[in-house]
Amino acid sequence: MNANPPVPVFGDAITRPYWEAAQSRRLLIQRCDSCGQHQFYPRRFCRRCHAENVSWVEASGCGRIYTLTRIWHSEDPAVAAPYFNALVELDEGPRLFTTLVGGDFAIGQRVRVAWRDRSGGPPVPVFEAAEER
Amino acid sequence: MAAPEPCIAGVAESALGKVPDETELSMLAAAGREALAEAGLGFGDVDGLFVRTRGIEPSVEVAEYLGIQPRYTDSTDVGGCSFEAYVNHAMAAVGAGLCEVALIAYASRQRSLRARKRAGSEDQTLAGQFEAPYRPLLPIGNYAMIAARHMHQYGTRPEQLAEVAVAARQWAALNPKAWARQPLSVDEVMASGYIAEPLHRLDCCLVTDGGGAVVVTTPERAREAAKRPIRVIGRGESATAWHISQIDDLTVTPGVASSRAAYAMAGVGPGDIDVAELYDNFTIATIMELEDLGFCAKGEGGDFVTGGRIAPGGELPLQTMGGGLSYCHPGMLGLLLIVEAVRQLRGEADARQVPDAEVALVHGIGGVCFGSAATLVLARA
Repeated sequence: MNANPPVPVFGDAITRPYWEAAQSRRLLIQRCDSCGQHQFYPRRFCRRCHAENVSWVEASGCGRIYTLTRIWHSEDPAVAAPYFNALVELDEGPRLFTTLVGGDFAIGQRVRVAWRDRSGGPPVPVFEAAEER
Repeated sequence: MAAPEPCIAGVAESALGKVPDETELSMLAAAGREALAEAGLGFGDVDGLFVRTRGIEPSVEVAEYLGIQPRYTDSTDVGGCSFEAYVNHAMAAVGAGLCEVALIAYASRQRSLRARKRAGSEDQTLAGQFEAPYRPLLPIGNYAMIAARHMHQYGTRPEQLAEVAVAARQWAALNPKAWARQPLSVDEVMASGYIAEPLHRLDCCLVTDGGGAVVVTTPERAREAAKRPIRVIGRGESATAWHISQIDDLTVTPGVASSRAAYAMAGVGPGDIDVAELYDNFTIATIMELEDLGFCAKGEGGDFVTGGRIAPGGELPLQTMGGGLSYCHPGMLGLLLIVEAVRQLRGEADARQVPDAEVALVHGIGGVCFGSAATLVLARA
């Protein structure tokens, strides 16, 4: 008899492993077994060399802010302005569309992943300030 | 002997601004009738239809509305530059004999209907999964992130972005059909409040109703035309990205590729352009387009627009009707860029006429982050 609770299904056929890892706050990206390029969002092939052997790998969760904006008009009554939108470039290379939490930020700044819980889905990666290395 | 090349034989604006007493289809039809009349043609002559509406299968819906049965249709959606793409496609289709009279048309009542698209929900699309949880303010937030990166890489300043809005307003003051015509200063743009840093309210385009139409046909079919035909001597398109996270260098747009193709076909370069209609959804767009279309080096767009160079009387007449920033932005501006370029080349632009304009550059963009581009080079026959 299986005592495990049912695993909630989230994402699509390609992204489901990402969201299952997100449930336990692990950030998965993909790496091409042929050319070594990392990529995100997930696909069944490498965006660069188009080989079809890509593997899931856990990202370090560290990176730098590639760009950002502070948004002063919220279209969602549940989200108060101002808030950030940002592109974070992971140390592995891919960029994530995300938000920044816990302070003021600048392009080039080191950040690391944190996780934000939400209703209706697994936690999503957000980023907070990290030490310069 | 090669068949004579197709030409633009008619153009029209629909009612613009706030249009309470029309529908999108009635506006599109009125503009179509007017553009066809310039070409000496009517709805019954149209056998090629190139249209966008907010609905699905737009070419089918519009064909029915107009009471025609076109043998060639195209509702390609590459965003705001769909209409530059339609001219490209119509030139090819008419040139190949797939149709003879191509009607390109668009209308939107997004101001009256308050129908501007809002940020997506957390659905199963890629944007729904990987962007929507962060409440993107689309497209403003994306263009703000592009502007922030351009400033970081090249030292572009907010005052330089504001210069673009000020120049557009000076052109709009010369155009009775422009929505915003009162004088505007750099300081007023800078004081207009942030929407998404570094973009202020007045760095962003208008939200208005509007539309228009363009007719592409053969010189033979346009022999009764009331107006002088305009040649389409260069055409180029490029599509690159839907999600901003997938763009390698945010400061470079697909306009590099689309303009390179258009210049090569036309056998001209930026130095040959008398008037330029470059899509200005945000002030940063103009600066980056000037770079990518070869008017200045990458990173020098901010300096280029400073000191009135793109304003009336400046070295490069740009967005001569006042642009999306001050004239009209009905969701997609691309069609109205073509209308203005044609009128400049015909010498019909009244107070804003560029003297002896012989070659015009039209550049549209689309997507939520410079994801697509289409460029045309137009010339007097």
